[in-house]
Amino acid sequence: MLMPEPDSAVIGRREDIVAALRRIVPGDGVIAEETALRAYECDGLTAYRQPPLIVVLPETVEQVAAVLRYCREHGVKVVPRGAGTSLSGGALPLADGVTLGLGKFNRILEIDYPNRCVVAQPGVTNLALTQAVEGDGFYYAPDPSSQIACTIGGNVAENSGGVHCLKYGLTTNNLLGLQMVTMDGEIVRLGGKHLDSGGYDLMGIVTGSEGLLGVITEVTVRILTKPPSLRALLIGFGASDRAGACVSAIIAAGIVPGGMEMMDRAAIHAVEDFVHAGYPLDVEALLIVELDGPEAEVDYLVGRVDEIARDNGAVSVRASESEEQRLLFWAGRKAAFPAVGRISPDYYCMDGTIPRRRLPEVLTRISEASQRYGLGVANVFHAGDGNLHPLILYDANRPGELEKAEQFGAEILTLCVEMGGVLTGEHGVGVEKRDLMGTMFNETDLKQQQRLKCAFDPALLLNPGKVFPVLHRCAELGRVHIHGGATRFPDLPRF
Amino acid sequence: MAETIDPVDEKGVQDAVAAALSGAEPLEIVGGGTKRALGHPVAASRTLSLRALSGIVSYEPEELVVTAKPGTPLAELEAALAERNQCLAFEPPDWRGLLGSAGEQTIGGVVAANLSGPRRLRAGAARDHFLGARIVTGRAETVKIGGKVVKNVTGYDLCKLVAGSYGTLAVLTEITLKTLPAAEKTRTILLFGQDHAGAQAALTEALHSPTDVSAAAYLPDDVARRSGVGYVADAKASVTAVRIEGPGPSVEARCAALRELLGKHGAVEELHFHNSRKFWDEIGDVSAFAGEDDPVWRVSVPPASAPGIVDAVRTEIDCEFFADWGGGLVWLRVPGDVEDAGASVVRSAIREAGGHATLVQATEAMRRRVAVFQPQPKALAALSARIKDGYDPAHVLNPGRMTARAGEGD
Repeated sequence: MLMPEPDSAVIGRREDIVAALRRIVPGDGVIAEETALRAYECDGLTAYRQPPLIVVLPETVEQVAAVLRYCREHGVKVVPRGAGTSLSGGALPLADGVTLGLGKFNRILEIDYPNRCVVAQPGVTNLALTQAVEGDGFYYAPDPSSQIACTIGGNVAENSGGVHCLKYGLTTNNLLGLQMVTMDGEIVRLGGKHLDSGGYDLMGIVTGSEGLLGVITEVTVRILTKPPSLRALLIGFGASDRAGACVSAIIAAGIVPGGMEMMDRAAIHAVEDFVHAGYPLDVEALLIVELDGPEAEVDYLVGRVDEIARDNGAVSVRASESEEQRLLFWAGRKAAFPAVGRISPDYYCMDGTIPRRRLPEVLTRISEASQRYGLGVANVFHAGDGNLHPLILYDANRPGELEKAEQFGAEILTLCVEMGGVLTGEHGVGVEKRDLMGTMFNETDLKQQQRLKCAFDPALLLNPGKVFPVLHRCAELGRVHIHGGATRFPDLPRF
Repeated sequence: MAETIDPVDEKGVQDAVAAALSGAEPLEIVGGGTKRALGHPVAASRTLSLRALSGIVSYEPEELVVTAKPGTPLAELEAALAERNQCLAFEPPDWRGLLGSAGEQTIGGVVAANLSGPRRLRAGAARDHFLGARIVTGRAETVKIGGKVVKNVTGYDLCKLVAGSYGTLAVLTEITLKTLPAAEKTRTILLFGQDHAGAQAALTEALHSPTDVSAAAYLPDDVARRSGVGYVADAKASVTAVRIEGPGPSVEARCAALRELLGKHGAVEELHFHNSRKFWDEIGDVSAFAGEDDPVWRVSVPPASAPGIVDAVRTEIDCEFFADWGGGLVWLRVPGDVEDAGASVVRSAIREAGGHATLVQATEAMRRRVAVFQPQPKALAALSARIKDGYDPAHVLNPGRMTARAGEGD
């Protein structure tokens, strides 16, 4: 993975930068010792490591603004960081960049039930948001699998999802307001406790911008009333295309389950060995379908799904009869990643989305590629929304195997795009999929995306090296080109 | 009369924008023309009509995805989805009555204005269902944004930016939307005789209950009596309404729970299929305020603050109102003789709680004088202006539509 060439002049000024940052953030908020920096050298994508130039951990929004203003004035790159759980390398440090950690912003500021929202600092974990309101019967819907560790600020930056997206949406659909600091050190508020925007939807574009547009310093999210009833069905199939057909039939019947997950044979065996959830071992594909809502609705829909499953050739159907049983059904799925970690020294988690009807074809081609690369693969799948997570099994200690796994992964993601899908459904582009952006977008598309970057951060100092394979200078992007026509204002400066 | 260009394909749109760019002749972008009176008057010498870019490109009900050209009539698209028991869950309203316009509303216009109806509360706005598009920017470049699957975080979410940009950033040439199953059954519970504060408390209680309310509104009695639904018009009292949708057995059970909950506040009544649908169409379409020239404001605020905000406005101006979105969307009709259409009073009333006020309906003269869209703080206005420059540097697309003065965003 090629990162932008570190600026040796900035590295040479390291001591000055440390001193300046210490004037802004007193005490232990500036980390410059080599051993301490190593704790920040990677995020959830551990294959790539780079100790940052300096880590700064501000405690107030004014400090964040002052840090950014200083870095802007002195041409220092900044990498924002939440809990560092990104699976795409969004928080991978730069050798010549300051890592700006929001870990000290860890307070819930307000719980506002009449407006059904919570105002929190960005370092609050996703799970803590739900825990703060669940005693009163509410919850925050998006629940990425890393929810015990990942922070709401990171969720906003990555537009995180989870198993309940199909029914409840991603982060962007559950967000009401943000406070953000721009690279100029300007503190701005987007949205609030009301719905929608009166002008351009700046909150909408900041969400999922992977730390390239600003640093989130406060978040207002919608909370929902907890559904009174939750039941899950565990449905086994002799072939994955039957499971796929069943998912389509459920949706065609007008049912949008709270969660709809699929696992292939390799994943089923790995988790059953690990957590003993009682999964059937004689099936090729397993579906977990969860219905949530008022009791009358859930019981009725469990019956409907049961019927649809049998009509689609299910070889086993079990509906949870108690909360313990429902949680046991989920225990396997939720342990899928660690379970795969037990059967292989390392695994590499991919994240493409495909039109669901292409699933059998995609699984066949992944299995062919698995043989070709000589690397095993286990598939877990957010089946409702077509978001596929193949886990490629490899051993980093074997020379060349990581590179092979990366190549295999790139092939899978390219396949997703070829099938009419996209490179990433919820993990983000980061550094991981950066160089594959060209499979989905052409040069004109990518330049237009970067013009947004230029509106927020014309000096390209915020999280460079992520998302875009090539960072064009903003002056160059500002020019207007017309094929077969003259430019209207050829001399007008842009930006 | 401005000259109209009506390209039949994306290439034609691109040529039209390129010509506008080289000839310095800005374009007004028009679909069905039903919302032309929304926003500041556009200073354009030519009209770019998208009516000929019409039709559904692909519809895959099982993938919950539909792709259509921007000039496709909304009615045609919704009919195609209805055939497969699906819908656009954001419930796009029809503002022809309100805006005094005729013609066919197109899906391009719905997305460009980020329209959504009563179900916004539960299902999100147009922006939340807008998955991808092909656009022609003011640079006369064709660009692909988003994707054609329901879950995608690849690159910036430019769909959010384009939704609600009123054609000031780019011309849509193809639109991909998320579809959802249509509800099997619909019912509405009416609670009579509450004042605004009492209604807000009842709506909050309903929304906090586990009954999965899909719409929640409040109509004071003077507005309620204009309804075409007998139970509402004849009540001679204010009406607080909540809607329940879903499979039959579930709707029955939740309706019973809600009747009990709301019954504690006063007399209740139930609207079934046709009446329920008609009632919520009236709310979304703002039918109560249709057919007059008086200025109409659409004000989005934190729901709990709405009664206080309405009181503050009504202390200064004798205006009518009703509320949707659990109370958080307030529609205000101001008498025609109020000097600035009430802009200063309305915007100062929402300052503390936060929110935005859009002057949806007003005379052309008024829309030249008063900021139609909520003015932004300086830093955000500057950001918006730079974004505009990135998309449409020569200001050839709908110039002046969102900000009356040049150089302030458009």
